[in-house]
Order: sequence, then C-alpha cells, then structure tokens
Amino acid sequence: MSSVTQLKNQTPKNQNMEDTILSVNNIEVVFNDVILVLRGLNLNAKRGQITALLGANGAGKSTTLKAIAGLLGSEDGEITRGDVVYNGVDITRLPPEKIVRNGTFLVMEGRGIVQDMTVIENLRLGAFTQPQANVAGDIEKVFSYFPRLKERTGLAGYLSGGEQQMLAIGRALMARPKLIMMDEPSMGLSPLLVKEVFGIIKRLNKELGISVLLVEQNANMALQAADYGYIMENGKIVLDGTAEELMNNEDVKEFYLGGGGSERKSFKNIKSFKRRKRWL
Amino acid sequence: MNWDLLFQLLINGLIVGMLYGVVAMCFVLIYKSTQVVNFAQGEFLVLGAWVCWFFIMKMQLPFVLAFLFAMAFMTIFGIIVQMVVLRPLIGEPIISVIMVTIGLSIFMQALMNWMFGNSAERFPAVFGENTVSIGGLQVETAYLMSLVLSVLVMGLFYYFFKFSRYGLAMRATAYNQQVAQSLGISVKQVFSMAWAISALVSCIAGVVLGLVNAVSNSLAIIGIKVFPAVIVGGLDSIIGAVVGGVIIGVLENMAEFVDGQFLHIGNMYTVAPFYVLIIILMIRPYGLFGTKDIERI
Ligand SMILES: Nc1ncnc2c1ncn2[C@@H]1O[C@H](COP(=O)(O)OP(=O)(O)O)[C@@H](O)[C@H]1O
Ligand SMILES: [Mg+2]
Repeated sequence: MSSVTQLKNQTPKNQNMEDTILSVNNIEVVFNDVILVLRGLNLNAKRGQITALLGANGAGKSTTLKAIAGLLGSEDGEITRGDVVYNGVDITRLPPEKIVRNGTFLVMEGRGIVQDMTVIENLRLGAFTQPQANVAGDIEKVFSYFPRLKERTGLAGYLSGGEQQMLAIGRALMARPKLIMMDEPSMGLSPLLVKEVFGIIKRLNKELGISVLLVEQNANMALQAADYGYIMENGKIVLDGTAEELMNNEDVKEFYLGGGGSERKSFKNIKSFKRRKRWL
Repeated sequence: MNWDLLFQLLINGLIVGMLYGVVAMCFVLIYKSTQVVNFAQGEFLVLGAWVCWFFIMKMQLPFVLAFLFAMAFMTIFGIIVQMVVLRPLIGEPIISVIMVTIGLSIFMQALMNWMFGNSAERFPAVFGENTVSIGGLQVETAYLMSLVLSVLVMGLFYYFFKFSRYGLAMRATAYNQQVAQSLGISVKQVFSMAWAISALVSCIAGVVLGLVNAVSNSLAIIGIKVFPAVIVGGLDSIIGAVVGGVIIGVLENMAEFVDGQFLHIGNMYTVAPFYVLIIILMIRPYGLFGTKDIERI
C-alpha cells in the first residue's frame, strides 16, 4: 500500500528526530467516508518519556490511538491525510500486525482482555508477535510487576477491573514494545487502584525505558505522571507543553483539573474561543 | 429384545457420532472464527474423499500416500476458497455470506458430478482384515480406524486451541477481531487458517466415510446431518459440537433399533435427529453449550 521505510526529515515543533519515537503529522481521519473526526492532528512522543494526550469525552483521543495502531479498518475509518512516523519509519496505513512488530503496542480502551481465556493464555497471546522470545521468562517478569495476577488461575473474565487493567498492561509487555499507548487506564477504577496503575506505568517507563503515550480524561493523574502533555478538542490539538506548564496553565486548571471559580460554566465558550485563537 | 443388536448399534452410534462430532467441529471452527455458516461443509468432505480415491485408483498411489496428498490438496483448496470466494465478502450482511456458501455447495456438487460421475465408487480394500475382535466384540476395521482418527483429531484440536500460538490467536479473533488485531494478529491469516484446518479435517472425515461405505456425492448429506449436532451443541462451542455429534450418532442408531424392533415405521434413522433438534431448541434455544448472543438463522 504505502512505502514502508520512507524517512521523514521534517521536525515539527521543538523536537528533533533523534529523541522522537513517534510523530503524528497533520493527520485527518474519516469514518464511513463522511464523518470527519480528526482534523489535522499533530503530536510527538519523545523517546523514554511519558506523553499525555488529554481531552474531553468525544474529542477524538481513542481515534488518534487507533489511527496510530492501524486499527481503523475494522470500523470503516481511514487516515485521509497526513502521516504517522515511528522511529523514523512511515507506518501510516500499515496493517496493525506490522505496527505491533515494529514495537508499538496499544492497550485499548476497556482493556480488550479475552474474557474466556485464562490470565496465562492472555499473556501468551501478548507474545504472539514474539515467537522467538522466552515466553515463560517474560511471563515471570510480568508477574514481578503484577504479583497478584499470579494467584489468579481462573478465566480472565472473573478478574476485577483493576486486575484486568494490570493484565492488559502485562499483556502489552509480552510484545516487548518500545512504545506503549494506553487508552484511559484509569477508567472505572477506584482512586487507590488508579494510583497503583499509574505507579506501575511510571515504573515501566523508568525501569524498562518504555516510552508511553497516555490518553486520559483524568488530567490530574496523567499530568502528574507525564513529562509532556497535549490537550485536544474536536479532533485537534489546542494546547501543548511540559506537564508542569500545563498544570500551571489557567485554562487547563479551569477546564481539566477541576479548578476555577463559579463563572466557569458561563464563560466556558468565550474562554475556549480565546484559547483556540491563541493556539491555532 | 435383541440385546446383541442393541449393543452393536450403540457402538456403531458412538463411532459414527464421533465422526459427526469431527465434522461438526469443522463447521463450528469456521463459524466461530469467521462468522460464516458453511453450507458447503458436506461437499468439502466428499471432495476430500474423491481426491483420495482418485489418487489411489487413477494414480495408483498407496493408500497412505494418497491420503496425505488428498489432505494437502484440501488444505490448499480451503485456503483458496477463503481467499477467492469469502474474503471479498468480509463485512457484508450475514445473509449474503450464507447465500454464497449455498452457491458454493451447489457449484461443488455439480463439479463433482461432472468429474467423478454420480455413482458410488468403492475404495480398494485398505486393511488386511475386515474385522478385528476386541474383547469378544467384532468391530469392522474401518470403524475402528474411524474411531481412532476421530479421537486423534479431537485431541489435536484440543492441543491446538489450548496451547499453540495460532490456536490462541484464532480464539482471540473469535472473541473480538479488533482486539486480536491490536495484539498483532492478522485476521486475514486467521480466516485462511480456519478454512484450511476445516477443509483438512473434512478430508479426513470424508476418506473415513468413503472407507466405511463408498464414495459418492450423496455423502454430502453429512453436511446437513451435522446441523442437528451443531445446533444441539450450540453454534459456537467446539466441545458442544463433539457432544452434539455423539448424541446424534447414538440417537440415529437407537431410532433404527426401536423402529426395527417395535414400530416398523421405516426411515426413522434419518428423521429422528431432526425431531430431537426441534425438541432441544424448544427447551434451550441456544443449544446445550451455546452462548446467548448468537445469530439465529
Ligand atoms: N467508528 C466510528 N464511526 C463513526 N464515528 C466515530 C467512530 N469512532 C468514533 N467516532 C466519533 O469520533 C468522535 C471521537 O471519538 P473518540 O475518538 O472515541 O473520542 P474520545 O476517545 O476522545 O472520547 C466521537 O464524536 C465519535 O462519535
Ligand atoms: Mg476514548
């Protein structure tokens, strides 16, 4: 379909190719030939860092991750413009199995655990693209991060939400990825479990050097864990900056971190409009 | 009561039922991993038998070699059918796909009529002895082979789906195609594999049936006969397919016994499974092992 190893030399924003593991350049995604969901989205994920992609429900976060992972086909969606470059290689429109083999792995929204398989079977599935790997050894490594999974011998469908999220992350590790994308790992978890899961994400990043692209609605948690962040609205990035910058940004505080005063609701549209003008 | 006959028919029923189970497994395998109801299942089986027969009678190959060639041929045939006939239909409504497999069955019937004629042909004697004695019971060698191969195929299925990398991949694809893709599994590859395995195993069943009876195009009726087996077991359960097959096999033979001894209605053998099918569906609409969210056709 498309050229597989086309090197890109464009360097969007402040980043150079060396430390950028993933760059999404001006992509447009259309579903069913008519529904335009992403309208020229740009973002970069730096090697060895945690990059957060934040935004309200329906902004297009999941669509962005699926576009990167090549998973739009089964939903009758396609990338109609722009490209996705992973490690200097153009992966736009590659079939998903090639993208996984290249080293990018998506933990889908809702975790995508195969409910009628056991924990071990789910983990072995994660290693599907790694037939040469020492699967048993990798499973032990996963258990060292998630000791409580080791005790669960029944079907994965009987695990709690938190355990399923851990299994989903563990299964991603089995594919030995260099970049893990996670779609709302905190969804449906208690605050305590959210903390635990984010702690593990940070550990994976530090100890294994895995780059992370983290999609969240829980902006607070995400920015605490992340190095850099993007905020998207309506299929576009409207704001980006280091996690610290974003946490101190008035607009972000107001809309995403639950701060702001009583005028928040009524001024929402005006402020949002201003912000767009400033960042577009 | 003729106890010897009853016992003999019970054994026959079990053995034939295991073979039905094998064919039903092929059917369920395709349904589960590709959501296609394969109405050409019976024709696959007959084609496998014909190809093996052809290699023995026309190419003068020894049985084992002919059997292996036939299996290889059918595996490739299954892949080609999937790629050429069914792949373009991915995402089309289920009724279109059903019409296509019915068309495929008619096409294959016609093709086999043309190539092999519509009379029954016997395989040459493959085994030295016609019957073997097991614990005082005389069992036809072909029946014994049928049982051994059925159990072997079932064991391989179990191993494949429980332990092999591709078996797990096929189960994941059956569970959710997008999830499977996100794990790096090629759904196209899984679809081809499902048809390949199904065609290969159908070939084994076809050759066994050819050995027990003779090869003829009317053997394709097995494809319809496994319907009660599949439905009884639940469309989406492999274990259910095996149990369903055994139930139908035993039932046929018991119906024959009861009819022959007491009722004298005739033809109960063929009809009984369908009566049972209707009764079971009235009690458990999703089959004995099936799950609820399944297409009714
Ligand atoms: N398969 C699809 N077909 C049509 N529209 C879709 C599809 N998937 C997502 N959308 C639309 O795209 C928009 C963004 O969805 P999504 O990416 O899931 O948002 P988020 O993950 O940020 O909540 C929504 O308006 C949604 O209705
Ligand atoms: Mg989402």
